[in-house]
Amino acid sequence: MATRILESVGNFIIRRCAELGTVVLLYASIVRQFKGKIRWRSIVSQMSHLGVDSLTIVSLTLLFTGVVITLQTAAKFIEFGAQSTIGGVVAMAIGRELGPVLVGVVCAGRVGAAITAEIATMKVTEQIDALRVMAVNPEGYLILPRMIACMVVVPILTVFGDIIGVAGGWATAVYYSGISSYTFMNGIHTFVEVFDLTGGMVKAVFFGNVIAVLGCYYGLTCPEGAEGVGRATTRTVVTSIIVIFMLNAVLTFILF
Amino acid sequence: MIELVDVCKSFDKSEALKHINLSIREGETLAIIGGSGSGKSTLLRLLIGLIRPTSGQILVRGRDVAGLSEAEWDEIRLRMGMVFQYSALFDSMTVGDNVAFGLREHTDKSEAEIGRIVKEKLALVGLEGVEQMMPNELSGGMKKRVGLARAIACEPSVIFYDEPSSGLDPIMTARIDELIVNTQRKLGVTSVVVTHDMASACRIADRIAMIYQGELIAADTVEKFKQINDDRVQAFFRTLSVAEKEGVA
Repeated sequence: MATRILESVGNFIIRRCAELGTVVLLYASIVRQFKGKIRWRSIVSQMSHLGVDSLTIVSLTLLFTGVVITLQTAAKFIEFGAQSTIGGVVAMAIGRELGPVLVGVVCAGRVGAAITAEIATMKVTEQIDALRVMAVNPEGYLILPRMIACMVVVPILTVFGDIIGVAGGWATAVYYSGISSYTFMNGIHTFVEVFDLTGGMVKAVFFGNVIAVLGCYYGLTCPEGAEGVGRATTRTVVTSIIVIFMLNAVLTFILF
Repeated sequence: MIELVDVCKSFDKSEALKHINLSIREGETLAIIGGSGSGKSTLLRLLIGLIRPTSGQILVRGRDVAGLSEAEWDEIRLRMGMVFQYSALFDSMTVGDNVAFGLREHTDKSEAEIGRIVKEKLALVGLEGVEQMMPNELSGGMKKRVGLARAIACEPSVIFYDEPSSGLDPIMTARIDELIVNTQRKLGVTSVVVTHDMASACRIADRIAMIYQGELIAADTVEKFKQINDDRVQAFFRTLSVAEKEGVA
């Protein structure tokens, strides 16, 4: 029994290490593609396809997050006479943490899954092989544009999300909790620094990178068949979310 | 032109190809036949560098390409074209963009010139006015023909066909066979056709090679191949006789 448990734990670790090794090699291969042709048209098209289409879901997620944080904090802060800090707390929480992490999670579900499904389908239908046969490197043609697009789009979405989240918090504070607009905005001016926003954007750049590369990795390594495509998509979302949370902790230590 | 010397290919513990020795001559059409899972598609993927052999040499014009990097293989692949079993057309692009893909990637030709070449190649495979159609609007036979037009767009010297008649009705199979023969005659290319369809192989090939359970058991001209006294070879010819009796071949 103990041997079997050890064996399965060992197998799990070996599989994960092998996976990590493949992702590192994929990164190396992507970096090499910077020396080749950069497909700007494809990057812009991916930015539109992956980014603009995610705006609605990002906006809704952050709007209600802003509303909820304000609801949770306002009552207690008013009780202790600290209503002047509410704006600052909400903006800082959204700018530093909730904005980039929630946008990352939403994009992992929306963008990462879309990237995997598309690339996995291309793999299953031999379109990736067709690219290689036509002397076109799939890393340069498919992955690099998606990676650059995600690294640009996720921070932009984060800024949008931050603004909408704070706006949701403001509306709740003013129209529900009875805090004046001046007090809320003054709290932001007093406590929030520019780096609270830009630091969050730096995190979002890393999250965008993770989402795109893992999305492409699971797409390229997807097993044959429709079931394989489904499984690869799920793995992208789950792994991306886990990596985003882990990376967020590391980046918070480094940045703030 | 292409020579395989003692090529083996294994996947995990299974041996897909065992000590293959085969030469493909310039300008000929070689049909590689064999049953499902015999290793013929693996052989094709080795020839075009999609996979690497476990051991042995693949000589292209005398140069061993087995251990080349992907970038080095790309230079060789510029002179090769491939028609995939299920066409593998890029489904996010129009037919015209599919055929123009290689030209846009590897040449400095103007869009007007590319448009002219696309029209010309599509006409060569009997398709006109389909440039703006999407691959999902095409029938199986049309997809195969667009795949061929895409493969010949950059004027390769070798064309590989993976099961060109698979999934097609007998009439369309005959038309595709005719197209393979015509393409070979008009462009003077070397063609390697992987198929399990003996009738098709006899129609298009100068020589036939047979793979059985990963081993090359015979390779000869069509006439000599028919006379090979081997049960495994004759079993394939028996399917041909049945097909002829049914009026399918």
